[in-house]
Amino acid sequence: MRNASPAKTYALHISVIALLFALNFVLPDYHQGLFARIMALAVFAMGYNLLFGYVGLLSLGHAMFFSAGLYGAGLTVYHLGWGVPEAFVAGVACGALLALVIGLLALRTSGVAFMIVTMMFAQVFYLLILYFAAWTGGDQGLVIQQASRVIAIGGASFDLTDPTVRYMSALALFSIILLVTLAVVCSRFGRVLVAIRENEERTKMLGYDTVANKLTAVVASGAICAASGAAYALLFGYVGSSFASVQYSILPLLWVLLGGAATTLGPLIGTLFMYYVTDITSGFTSAYLLIVGVALILLVLFFPKGILGSIRERWLRWLP
Amino acid sequence: MHFGPHLLLAALEGLVTSAVLALTALGLSLVFGVMRVVNVAHGEFFMLGAVLAWAVSTAISGHPAVGFVAALVIAPLLVGLVALVAERLVLRRLNYNPEGTIVATIGMLYIIQQLALTFYGPEARPVEPPFSYRILLPWFGYSGYKLSVVAASAILLVITWLVLTRTRIGLIMRATQYDRETAQAFGIPVERVYAGVFAVGAMLAAIAAVLIVPISQAHYLMGQDPLLLSFIVVIIGGLGSLRGTVVAAILIGLSDGIISMFFSPTLAKIIATLVVAMVLVFRPQGLFGTTPR
Repeated sequence: MRNASPAKTYALHISVIALLFALNFVLPDYHQGLFARIMALAVFAMGYNLLFGYVGLLSLGHAMFFSAGLYGAGLTVYHLGWGVPEAFVAGVACGALLALVIGLLALRTSGVAFMIVTMMFAQVFYLLILYFAAWTGGDQGLVIQQASRVIAIGGASFDLTDPTVRYMSALALFSIILLVTLAVVCSRFGRVLVAIRENEERTKMLGYDTVANKLTAVVASGAICAASGAAYALLFGYVGSSFASVQYSILPLLWVLLGGAATTLGPLIGTLFMYYVTDITSGFTSAYLLIVGVALILLVLFFPKGILGSIRERWLRWLP
Repeated sequence: MHFGPHLLLAALEGLVTSAVLALTALGLSLVFGVMRVVNVAHGEFFMLGAVLAWAVSTAISGHPAVGFVAALVIAPLLVGLVALVAERLVLRRLNYNPEGTIVATIGMLYIIQQLALTFYGPEARPVEPPFSYRILLPWFGYSGYKLSVVAASAILLVITWLVLTRTRIGLIMRATQYDRETAQAFGIPVERVYAGVFAVGAMLAAIAAVLIVPISQAHYLMGQDPLLLSFIVVIIGGLGSLRGTVVAAILIGLSDGIISMFFSPTLAKIIATLVVAMVLVFRPQGLFGTTPR
């Protein structure tokens, strides 16, 4: 990264986006749907990576930000009949607000306590969804009808249930967040975050307000995860409490570890890889959690830097 | 039934929960205290104990007490063995790095859970209690077995306390907990202490599970609630404090029993979890713990 010319890194990221764009016309129907899902969830992983990879804060409760977006968008459409863009904004706002509150509380702790506190807040959020089952649908969840998933801009209307529209919407969100994270990571703010990860005391001594910087990172991470959740609700038309369970806090950690923490493209690679491993193995066995478990252990034991992290270390020192 | 007897029943139920919780949480607390490892798979060791107890007690015919006693011996030993293998193969290689071990124990959680589902199945299965004596109170009869669980747990806690404070093994463990490097410099085999503590922690959870399985059945997802409750107990009691763990277990067990009898169990869990998160945020050393060095 030190010797990176900005043109080279931007060219790489733009070409990844272009490749994903081209894949829409090549992929068979099933894989087109899978890729849309992967791109929406890769946004979740990118939000997680911003906090875990760059600031070094390991949260075990990011499912609450994802599901804040999911329910923020889903419930406003379902109960209030809001349109898609308003609902999306509502979802992101819910996530950002929740992240602000959680960040103010959880950042008073550090290390192991931070992990447990975030896990507990996420558990409270999950239980609240079950408790207010009358509105949230509890563990049954709610299905958002096709009619309320149409965006009308001017004269044209886009139906989010149409595979191509869905793929392009997911790609659009993915591209925006990818370029935003790239810009953030290369900015002054991004370098302060890395400095906090490497040595918080020293960063504080150099005159940076580490708490404010960490809080900003938590809110940004929460908002990105909420954007992923909101998009997921609107694109796939289902909200359910399982998305708030502990498992959905663990999955982004797994994706980021697999792809490579603190790399901009790692979350996409991790999500893609894990999704296809699960998809292929589920043809042979229903024991997909076993694979998640084994993958987690093998990763921390042998590849703590993940796929892209290892590649960066060996060959491509300039990767952001 | 009037309010008084109702409350007594709720308190008795809460006391049984406390007894089991204290043992499980003690295991978690030992592992965290000595090794500084947050064992997310602790609840799965609990579940494994219950499932193995079912397997052992169904394999042995004859009086239910024979099967139960066999389970009480064999299941914790097997669980301890599994923990020992996990420690040797995974945790030691990670050099007990806090973040790495959390991720690795999450992996263990999924592996154990999935294996239990595959080989044991999704059903909940009962284990027959060793005896079915009912104690008749003026208002209702109460299971004698449940009260014996409380007694058994109390005895085990006292034994653990004696081992920790009165024996050489306990001294070595406390020395390792206090300062790993100095202990090593004084010739204490720190790695062997860690392996032993991890196994004992898992075995305590397994014993608690064998005790509870005649009351609540064995199920492959039964490890999740004890894990969360143990975390709560350990945090409120203060990490590494045996006295705090026991007091917190009684507090949480009783309030859980009483709140869930009069209000919704979900609400009880929401309140307990939120309170604990706040304790951790504003008083990280726990209510009874001392400030860490």
